[in-house]
Order: sequence, then structure tokens, then C-alpha cells
Amino acid sequence: MFETDTITAISTPIGEGAISIVRLSGANAIEITSKIYKGKNLAEVDSHTIHYGKIIDPATNDVAEEVMVTVMRGPKTFTREDVVEINCHGGLVSVNRVLEIVLSQGARLAEPGEFTKRAFLNGRIDLSQAEAVMDLIRAKTDKAMNVALKQMDGRLSSLIKKYRQSLLETVAHVEVNIDYPEYDDVEEMSHEMMRQKTKEVHAEIEELLSVAKQGKILREGIATAIIGRPNVGKSSLLNALVQESKAIVTDIPGTTRDIIEEYVNVRGIPLRLVDTAGIRETEDIVERIGVERSRQALKEADLILFVLNYNEELNEEDLRLFEAIQGLEYIVIINKTDLEQKLDLEKVKELVGDKRIVTTSLLMEEGIAELEGAIADSFFAGEIDSGDLTYVSNARHIQLLNQSKKALEDAMDSLEMGMPLDIVQIDVTRTWEFLGEIIGDTASDSLIDQLFSQFCLGK
Amino acid sequence: MVYDAGHYDTIVVGAGHAGVEAGLAAARMGAKTLMLSLNLDMVAFMPCNPSIGGPAKGIVVREIDALGGEMAKTIDKAYIQMRMLNTGKGPAVQALRAQADKPIYIKEMKQTLENQKNLTLRQGMVDDLIIEDGVCKGVITETGAAYRAETVIITTGTFMRGKVLMGDLEYESGPNNQRPSIKLSENLEKLGIELVRFKTGTPPRVNSHTIDYSKTEIQPGDDKPQGFSYETTEFIMDQIPCWLTYTNEFTHQIINDNLGLSAMYSGAKRGTGPRYCPSIEDKIVRFNDKPRHQVFLEPEGRDTEEVYVQGLSTSLPESVQHEIIRSVPGLENAEMMRPGYAIEYDAVVPTQLWPTLELKNIPGLFTAGQINGTSGYEEAAAQGIMAGINAAAKVLGKEPVILDRSQGYIGVLIDDLVTKGTKEPYRLLTSRAEYRLLLRHDNADLRLTDIGYELGLISEERYQRFQMKKQLVEEEKERLRKITIKPTPEVQTMLEGAGATPLREPMKAYDLLKRPELNYELIDQVIESNTEIPTDVKEQIDIQVKYEGYIKKANEQVERMKKMEDKKIPDDIDYDAISGLATEARQKLKLVRPLSVGQASRISGVNPADVSILLVYIEQGRIAKIAN
Repeated sequence: MFETDTITAISTPIGEGAISIVRLSGANAIEITSKIYKGKNLAEVDSHTIHYGKIIDPATNDVAEEVMVTVMRGPKTFTREDVVEINCHGGLVSVNRVLEIVLSQGARLAEPGEFTKRAFLNGRIDLSQAEAVMDLIRAKTDKAMNVALKQMDGRLSSLIKKYRQSLLETVAHVEVNIDYPEYDDVEEMSHEMMRQKTKEVHAEIEELLSVAKQGKILREGIATAIIGRPNVGKSSLLNALVQESKAIVTDIPGTTRDIIEEYVNVRGIPLRLVDTAGIRETEDIVERIGVERSRQALKEADLILFVLNYNEELNEEDLRLFEAIQGLEYIVIINKTDLEQKLDLEKVKELVGDKRIVTTSLLMEEGIAELEGAIADSFFAGEIDSGDLTYVSNARHIQLLNQSKKALEDAMDSLEMGMPLDIVQIDVTRTWEFLGEIIGDTASDSLIDQLFSQFCLGK
Repeated sequence: MVYDAGHYDTIVVGAGHAGVEAGLAAARMGAKTLMLSLNLDMVAFMPCNPSIGGPAKGIVVREIDALGGEMAKTIDKAYIQMRMLNTGKGPAVQALRAQADKPIYIKEMKQTLENQKNLTLRQGMVDDLIIEDGVCKGVITETGAAYRAETVIITTGTFMRGKVLMGDLEYESGPNNQRPSIKLSENLEKLGIELVRFKTGTPPRVNSHTIDYSKTEIQPGDDKPQGFSYETTEFIMDQIPCWLTYTNEFTHQIINDNLGLSAMYSGAKRGTGPRYCPSIEDKIVRFNDKPRHQVFLEPEGRDTEEVYVQGLSTSLPESVQHEIIRSVPGLENAEMMRPGYAIEYDAVVPTQLWPTLELKNIPGLFTAGQINGTSGYEEAAAQGIMAGINAAAKVLGKEPVILDRSQGYIGVLIDDLVTKGTKEPYRLLTSRAEYRLLLRHDNADLRLTDIGYELGLISEERYQRFQMKKQLVEEEKERLRKITIKPTPEVQTMLEGAGATPLREPMKAYDLLKRPELNYELIDQVIESNTEIPTDVKEQIDIQVKYEGYIKKANEQVERMKKMEDKKIPDDIDYDAISGLATEARQKLKLVRPLSVGQASRISGVNPADVSILLVYIEQGRIAKIAN
């Protein structure tokens, strides 16, 4: 909303191209990039030039990504401000990591349509297009809100509401002490009570963020393993998913990346296909390394696609695999239904219990839609690793959680310094506001409502 | 029989807390001002609690003083007790509160009005407005006097169609059995002004001789001399205490047994009352698990035995009020002198006002005070002075004065009212201010004296003193930046005495002052003393240095807010022509007609996307203008 700060966003469609671009625009675009870029001095390079280098995560000093950086100085840019474009590898992981690093260095995530808005406000787009700009902002905002809402786990929003309520009660408590100093019914809020509350919520937010970082989240994809005996159709399954989703194998020629992760996009859910301990490649892994170790290896996956052959009877190897995946999240795919049935379906159902079974003929391209449905269901129903996981998938949410965490840390610092509670409370209120932005609740009267419902106030 | 009764620049209708500030400000700015009051014996009357100030409100009183208003000076001459509240908390939330001597307050204020140049004080009931071509041109009283003026300020408080309620008794009345204003309310409605029905209440008063104070706790004033006004130099040291007692289960039983008899609980549809000032019935219904509620006994003055029973505001029948009072320890034999009652009244929906407090649809007409849906003497006075300033400015061809949310609680109050409106009588709370740390009682002068002086409301002499203070603060801060304090035994002893950790390396005095345990006085002991520094300057330095980081952060927020305030919305904007706006946002924008994008963004229902669209649209208009 404030036209001078530096904004950033991923400016390429997610997961659909060989290259993804993080774009920055604003007075500090070059400075911010310089802080995280190892390569030429970007402050000195010519405008409209592109440079090879590395993005360094300042938190760990690790190389986060190899990139090509384009530097364009205003006013000859789309927004007429300084613009930097960081070209990353395709796929979700690298570009998201770079975006997060950029955000951590002081850029603000762009509002929907904000680059275009700036282009207009800075006179880059002419008057006749103003109407289109406004429509675009409206459309993009609505879409972003829908997506954000859809992406937001119901559990996440209820957790956020819980933290907010808890902070709100604390703030109301401080406020009642201030606005009604003679009100004797509640004990005066103490530094110790405040310290406990901030610590408590801070730990919760850290937990949410660490889960977000563990890669167990939508934006990095669901780690998915395809297992099964040789020749049951694992490769066909992979190909079918890849084909359906127009997914991309993210190797860019000419780069030195040697681990290739594959993404497929199933009804908007990114699956990261992992070859857990070589299970996909090797014959009878369970026999080779034992059930327990296989289980450990398979546990790295959020979702297991276990392929059986319709045309063969269950054998020892299948049973060992069943044993190895007990208690994990899996879908059984019975493939080759175009051939004669030899598989004991009753037996399979018994082994599978309440997990999903999908029958396919990958050869005849049958059953793929059902499989995709099953994958999507298991994700949206929250079945995947549903024990203690809350998905924080939206970069905006992550940024707001980070801001909340920072504000709480400021509050904790003030407590340490022995500042009065009404000063500490400023940052606690900010935390409450940031969390409110995540769930779209920014009504400013809540505090006053809380004050009067929580306390019986007179003088 | 209507007759021509004269011509003025500004007419103020009403002489309550809003009216007196409005009239004085207008007259002092040079506008020929007429002030009409129903009853000249009741000028600046306090119909409810005998106190002025408190959290947020006390800061407002100081802001009024910094703008050259009268409330602070008058209460400084008329208090029976003065206390600084929240002394154990941060500087931003400390505030003064005075217990007022009601009759003295009236006497002092009336004298000020009578002696004010350019101001005519007259008794009269205004029934109608003179409107010509949609513009307000004066007022007509019930006696037929037609007064013409360029601007009119209505400050009729709770008088408009006022109705007193007590049990099943109800009658048309202003507060304290004064005549209500009926026709004016009807005529405002005829002009298309939207009114809303609010209510408030007051507790019974009892005779001091019949109170057994031994069963209550004493609540004395502070020993330290202090006042609201930056001009006050003499302080009243002979103070009178208040007393604290409590309701109990018997009180609550009586109320529960008689709840159906309460005017507010009898089932009839009534105006909306304030949550922050509930009746005793409300407290018992809403918080039925509380075993007792506080009851403060507050004298109404030095020369009267009437005592205000704070906490027992009620609309129960008189007979039940007797019972309630006598159930409270210390009041067993108390004689009730006046019963409590609820009062319903008409208020103007404040979103119909510009931030200058002028009505959007009737140029020349201003409203201020409780008529705008607020409650509290201080809130009323704050609006009064701003309406007075702006009405006079309009007549005199000066720029209007609108305080923003970072300049004062007055700015917060008026912005809230005209931008968001209010669903209940509005009271200022410190939590309504987002820049609370900047809006302190100690710096109200630093924030607003320049504005008061520009308007001609602050004397040259006072302004010189103010400039001196400002300069001393800066110079002394600069001096402290230069002084190095070494870890000498003397310094370590001082630190130890203050409970602070000893010094390991030499440090600038300025930085040492940042430690929470230390203050200017302590540092002053170990450096070369600057004897010229008065107490208020020391206090200012303490606060500015100690909270520097937080103040800086708040100032950065203010800068961001100001950028949006600077984006003005043209007054001829057609919100229907902006296709991208959400329907709710469009409706709200058309209603409020915000002056800036900043104000627009504070309207509930206008979301960030709407603000972006608005920005683009405004910019489009600007470009179009340049092209033409």
C-alpha cells in the first residue's frame, strides 16, 4: 500500500516452467539482492544486464541456489522503479527458498496486481489502461483470497484463532489495568504473566514455522514414494502422472545440479516423487535390508503409492512391503486390470483395512482420474500425516508468521529490559494484528469488545 | 412573533462542556460570537460524576489546554482532590484525574465566559435553524428571536428529546430536570439529518452527614501539587478524600428481585447505553458470578453535603433505590437526596460530519459534544474547541484545523466518530489510540501549543515560555550526549543504590540514562549539575531518552500513515463510476466521503484491494487533468 517500499513476488507460474523468477521492484531492490548474492557487485553493474552467481542464505551462510540475476534500473523498467529478477531453477523448492530469503532481507510480498499498479502509478501504463489495472487488482485479489483460503488448513486457522484469543485476553488485561486503574477485580497483570504468555505463543508460532520448513508442506510438495515389485507398473504410473499434470523434470541443461527431483502436479497438489533409499529401483528391498530399515526409509515419504499386479498372486515380497508400510500413509494401486485377475482381492482388502484401493489399467489409461481423486482426497481430508501436522503453505502466511514471531521477540526483549507493560503490550498487539491478517480478521474493535465482555467496568 | 435579534459570526447553541469551549475558542480567534443557553445558572454543569480526567480523558484535558482551551484552567481552580493515575506504569498511560467542586466549576467558567471579549452570553431555547439555499444562516429561539450568523454550532448534549426513566416513571426532560429540547430535534430531522437514540444514566446522591465512613476505605488525593493546565502555578493543597465501599449479596438480591421494575429491563425498546459505564442492574445481570462491586463515594463539592454514589447508576424505581443504598456498608442509614435515573436522548449520527465537525449536507452547521454520540465532559470539550476553531476559521477565511491520530487523542476521537461512527455512546480509551506512546500527558504542550499559538489562542508570554522549555530539553539532551561517566566509586555507589548493575567501562550520560532503574535526578548527582533545569524539563528528558527506541518506531509508523493521509480524495469523486470497488466498500465510501485515502482505509468494509483501486482511480484523474 505504500509506494516506496520494495516489493517482491514469484513472477512465473508455479511449477510450470523450467525457470522460475523472483522479481523485486522498488528503491532497495538492488541493495536487498546484493545482500544475498555472491557474484559481481550488483551496485556497479550496467543496467539491463544479466549475471551468474549464487544466492546465499544469510541465516546459515549456505548456498541456497545457483541463479542468473537481471539488474534493471528505473525508470526504464516495467514499474519505472529499480527492478531485479532472480532466475532460479524451475519447480517449487528453489524459488520458494529464494523468495523467503528475499523477504527476510526487508522486501515485502507484493499485493495481488501490485507490480502493475506501480507501473500505472509511476506513469508507465497510460490512462486508457487504468480501468484494466483496477479490474486486474480486483480479480487477482479475489483469486489470491480464494487460493489462500483453500490452501489454509482448517486446523491452521483454528490454531491462529486460538493464539489470537489468548493474546487478546492478555492485552485486554493490560488495557483494563490502564483504563480502569481502580478496578480491583483482577490482579494486576505482572511481568511474569506476560513473559509466560509471550513465551507460550512464541513457541507455538516457532513450531508452526518449523513444520513449514520441514518440507512437509504444500509449497514444497508432498514427498511421495512409489513402491512395488518389479514389473507391476511403477514407471508407467510415474509417466502417467507426469503426462497428466504436464509436470516437469527439473533439470536445466548446463547447470551442475546432480540430484533431480521430480514434481508432478495432481489437481493442484504438488507431489515430490522421491526414490526412498532406492526402493523404486531395487528388487525386494525389504528382504535385502529388513522390514525395520525399510520402514525407516519409507517414513521419509508423506505418501506411499503401493502398486500391485492384478495379474499375479500376492507373494512374499508383497507381504513384506505391506508389513513395512503399516501405520504409514499409503494408497494401494491394483494395476493391469486389462489382464486376467489372479490377485486375491479379498485378501488385499483385508491387508489394506481402511486405506484406499484404486484399480487401474495404466496401459489402457484407465483409473488414472480415480487415482488422482484418491490422492487429492487424502490430502484435502488432512489424512496425510494428520497426527500433528498443520500445513502452512502460503508464502504470505509464512511471512506474517515470521513477523508475528519477530514482534513477540521484541516484546520479550522489552520485558527483559524491565519496560512497563503498556510498552511491552505494543508489540503483543502487533503480533495479534499480524496473526489476524493470516485469517483475514482485521477488525479493530475486537479489543474493546473483549475488554467489556471480560471485565465488569465502572469508574 | 419572530423578530430580528442581531447578527453574529458564530452562534453556539448550548453552554455545556462542548459549548463553552466552542464559544471561547471562536471569540478568542476574533469571531463575534453568541452563546445561547437554556439556563445561565447551569453553564458547564456536570450532570453526572463530579470528576474530570482519568486515563485518556486526562490527556485530552491537557490537549485542550495546549490548544488554548479552558477546561484545564477551570478545573485547576475548582478541584477538591487531584490524583495522578497509573504512576506504576509507563509514561504513556499516566494521567491526572481531579474530583471537581461542581458549583465552583460553574462559577469559574461562567465568569470566564462573561469576561470574554467578542462573546455574548444569553439565555434562550433554540427551536429552529435559519436555512437558506441549503446553508445554515442562524437560529430562531422559542421567544421569536432570530439571530443570523455565518456559522452555527449545536452543542445540546443529552437535551434533544431527552426523556428521564426511573422504574415505570418516564417524562420528557433534560438532565437534572431541566427543560428538554424538543422542537430543535424535530427540525434537524426535517432537514434530513439522521438521528440515533442513545441513553445514559446517573446514580443517586446521598447526604454526607448520614454516611458511616468508618465502614469504608479512604481514597485520598496526592500530596504532590499538580494541575492540568500548563499555565497553573498555584495549587489547591487542602484536599478532600473520596471513600470506597462495596455492594454485597443482599444488594444483588434486591436488584435481582426487582429487575423487572427497572426502566431498562422492563422489556420496552430503549436507546443504546454505553458498555463502559453500566448500570448496577447491568453489572449484576452480565457478571452474576461477581460477589461484590465497588462503590465510590465522591463529594460533589466543598460547600455541599451531597455525595455522588459512583457505581450505583440505575433506572430502578425510587423505592428500590432506597433499599439498594441501605444494603451497602457505610450507607445503612444514608439519606438519598436525589434518585438515580436513566436518560434517553437523540444524537446525530456522526458519520454525517466532516472531520471539522461541520455537517456535510448543511454548510455552516456544526455539531459538537454528546450530541455527536460521545459521552464524557472531556470528549465533549475536545469536540467543542475543535468545532469552535473550525467555525471561526470558516468565517474568518482561515484554513480548517484537523488533528490527525498521531497528534492527539482529540484527533483519534474525531476521526473515529466521523469515519467509523459509533453504535453506543463513545468514550475515549487509551486502547483506541494506535500511537499511544506519542500521545502522552507530559508532551501535550509539545504536540499542540504551536497550533494553539498560530490560531491566536495561546498568549505570547506563554508561547515564549513554551519555546524556552523546548529549547532547554534539546540543549540538555545534547549536553548529556557529550558527558562521559567513568566507573568511579561515586558512580558505582549511585548505581548500586538504584539497584542497577555497576559500570564496567566509561559511558555517555545519555546512554546511561536509558537504563530503566535510572533517571535524570540520579545521573545529575554524578555529573556537573545544570541548575537551570526545571522539573518538567527533567521529566521530558527522562521519557524521551528512556523510550527513544519505541518512540522512533512509533514515529516510523506515523510516517507511513501520513503518506496515505497526504493522498487527498477529490471532493467531486463519483464512487459509482469506479467499477472495481466491492459493493460494501462503495456504499461506505459514499456515506463517509473520506478526505484522504488514509481515512478511507480506516472505514470498516473498505479492504486493501479497494484502497488500491481507489489509488489507481485518483491517479487516473490526476493524469487526466494534466493531459487537459
